[in-house]
Amino acid sequence: MAKKLIDFVQNKFASEVLDAHSRLGNDTVTIKREKLVEIVRTLRDDPTTKMNYLRTITAVDYLPRQPRFELVYVLYSMTHKHMLILRVMLEEADLSAPSLHTLYGTAGWQEREVWDMYGIKFEGHPDLRRVLLYEEFEGHPLRKDYLKQASQPRVELLARERDSVEEYNIYVNDRPSSGSRDE
Amino acid sequence: MAQDFNDSFDSYDPIDQDINNEPMILQMGPSHPATHGTVRFTLTLEGEKVLKCETEVGYLHRGFEKECEAATWTQVFPYTDRLNYVSPLLNNFGYALAVEKLLGIQVPERCDWIRTLMGEVSRLSDHLTGIGAGALELNAMTAFLYAIEGRELVWDLIEQVTGARLTVSYGRVGGLKDDLTADFAENWKYVRSRLMEIYEMTHKLLTRNRVFVDRMAGTGVISQDMAISYGYTGPVLRSTGLNYDVRKDHPYFKYGEVDFDVPIGSTGDNYDRYLVRMEELRQSIRIIDQCLANMKPGPINTDDPRVMLPSKERVYNSIEGMIAHFKIIFEGLQVPPGEVYSYTEAGNGELGFYIVSNGTGKPWKIHVRSPSLIMMGGVHKLIEGGLLSDIIPTFDTINMIGGECDK
Amino acid sequence: MGLEHQLPEVITTRLESVVGWARKHSLFQYPFVTACCGMEYMATAAARYDMARFGAEIPRFSPRQADLLWVVGTINHKLAPFLRRIHEQMAEPKWVIAFGVCASTGGFYDNYATVQGIDKIIPVDAYIPGCPPRPEQIIDALLKLQDKIAVEPWDKYAYEEKKRLREEEGIIPALPLFQRPE
Repeated sequence: MAKKLIDFVQNKFASEVLDAHSRLGNDTVTIKREKLVEIVRTLRDDPTTKMNYLRTITAVDYLPRQPRFELVYVLYSMTHKHMLILRVMLEEADLSAPSLHTLYGTAGWQEREVWDMYGIKFEGHPDLRRVLLYEEFEGHPLRKDYLKQASQPRVELLARERDSVEEYNIYVNDRPSSGSRDE
Repeated sequence: MAQDFNDSFDSYDPIDQDINNEPMILQMGPSHPATHGTVRFTLTLEGEKVLKCETEVGYLHRGFEKECEAATWTQVFPYTDRLNYVSPLLNNFGYALAVEKLLGIQVPERCDWIRTLMGEVSRLSDHLTGIGAGALELNAMTAFLYAIEGRELVWDLIEQVTGARLTVSYGRVGGLKDDLTADFAENWKYVRSRLMEIYEMTHKLLTRNRVFVDRMAGTGVISQDMAISYGYTGPVLRSTGLNYDVRKDHPYFKYGEVDFDVPIGSTGDNYDRYLVRMEELRQSIRIIDQCLANMKPGPINTDDPRVMLPSKERVYNSIEGMIAHFKIIFEGLQVPPGEVYSYTEAGNGELGFYIVSNGTGKPWKIHVRSPSLIMMGGVHKLIEGGLLSDIIPTFDTINMIGGECDK
Repeated sequence: MGLEHQLPEVITTRLESVVGWARKHSLFQYPFVTACCGMEYMATAAARYDMARFGAEIPRFSPRQADLLWVVGTINHKLAPFLRRIHEQMAEPKWVIAFGVCASTGGFYDNYATVQGIDKIIPVDAYIPGCPPRPEQIIDALLKLQDKIAVEPWDKYAYEEKKRLREEEGIIPALPLFQRPE
């Protein structure tokens, strides 16, 4: 079971596979970007693999290293109960990948999240906008060169914190005394 | 004159009037009592029927992944508590399992038993909150009060063992914070009897209630293929008939050695999801009984010195102990470089952690595969075509938790 | 012998005391619940730590009908305009409680997404620390807020009018409510 999926991918698409390993129990195959949709479609439809469940899509940013970004797809089969991880390396200058939204319904939102956090465009995606952050936000926060505390407020924040008890006392002591209140 | 009156009456034909029959756009905004947490729906309605539903999440985005990159491996535990904040122990243990896979260490047996036990206690809290809040929104406030009282009893148990009611940070890489208390078994007996009473009372109030069944049965239906394609797991997927539970299919901790059933639904509507959750309550109680019966005394933390803090006598009396303590706390655990994807069964479905380490004491990346975010990606399929008032039970039985959805 | 046998038919008191007493015991709440603190809010409102015995019975889920805004949980920059709008929609007299450490100062989420304390957006009357606070702390905060409401001058919201009058008569230049003197 451990090598079956890696052998399947290597037999069918030998030219696309750059690397394969099975460390820590996770079968992992690194492939080139061009035939990604075809590979995933074969994995989904072939009766021996039947990977009908896309667990997650995520990306990793290895900043000082080139190629800088890496897309990770985790596929799973509900019938055979086996899992495969596909990795695609991406350069910073050419940051796009084909979209899987026609194959899996969940790919729509997962790819939007990767776009939101890392800035990787997905070609063919019908509605590529931010999902967790707001439209006016500039930049992609999970990249390693985005400062953690660089916030972009939407409303004008009040300049200093106010101590409302003290403010209240200033107000109370400052008003002219009314008739019956004599301290 | 009668002629004039009849003429003017004939020329007034209400069918020729220009009736505005465009669909109405309604915002069910971020601050709404029925959306648990903050989700925004933009609904296009025709009368009461929902034609189109656009979901917008992210109103609780707190930057979990970015915060974890700036914290050491052990400092991530409080952040994982606040992901699915009604069952924090399940998140803690899921993350600890992932890091232990990267390190390649094994925890002692008693630790596995306690993790199974406390995980199921947390799952009890999750399902009680889901059922209680769902009942509250369908105007069954008594069931809500019963469920919250049951949850308070469970939180009393958790507080005795871990020290906190809600955000516990009980798991550690390589073990746990503390062992169970000496009188845990007796307290569990009392809580168990009260929980069975509460279960019976809620069952009597809700399951055969005409109004409840009318609102829940037949609404929010999803087919099995659609559910798999949209990434649903957990009680939602099991209510459509597919038998997929991570605890049975890929057992971890001690789930392979305890005996429990997985409830499966058939129609994929809200009523089935409610029944699946009620039955999972009983199965969790069964698992906890077996854990307490099979557990043997022993150590709860691994003794690998790369990971575990040395004992206080060694820290204060020897220079090696002090240096080891200092390095583990200040620099973090030295996890070897690599990636791993590890998954466990949380209250809402499969919770996965994809962790990348570059060999230092701080993680390079932690990605949470949160079931709630993925469910929100497909919730428009459940809502469109139904009535406006069906959104409430649908949203309750899905049990979207805001902290997990927006990370 | 109950109270009704002891009191005379007419009592004299100050109008401010009566108004303060009535206001503090009949607070209508708007729980703006976002995150984990909502669980403790739910627990406080439920049967064991009953919040209704202090008069804070019903959550009114419309800001137009509420006078106490509980901001429960983390507020991030995406949600901040909505919070300000809801506060503006409430009619005076109104009070705000910042529930939990995320609403008070931002908590331990010190990053691009969260607002470091809601008092940068709206004025706050009581802060409850804790992550999440225990129900006893919440009830303590409610009691302290009730003490504050009881001694408030009941013309607190006429400050605009008083400010105009004082500036026209020229006695003391009035301070607006949310700025410190330089």
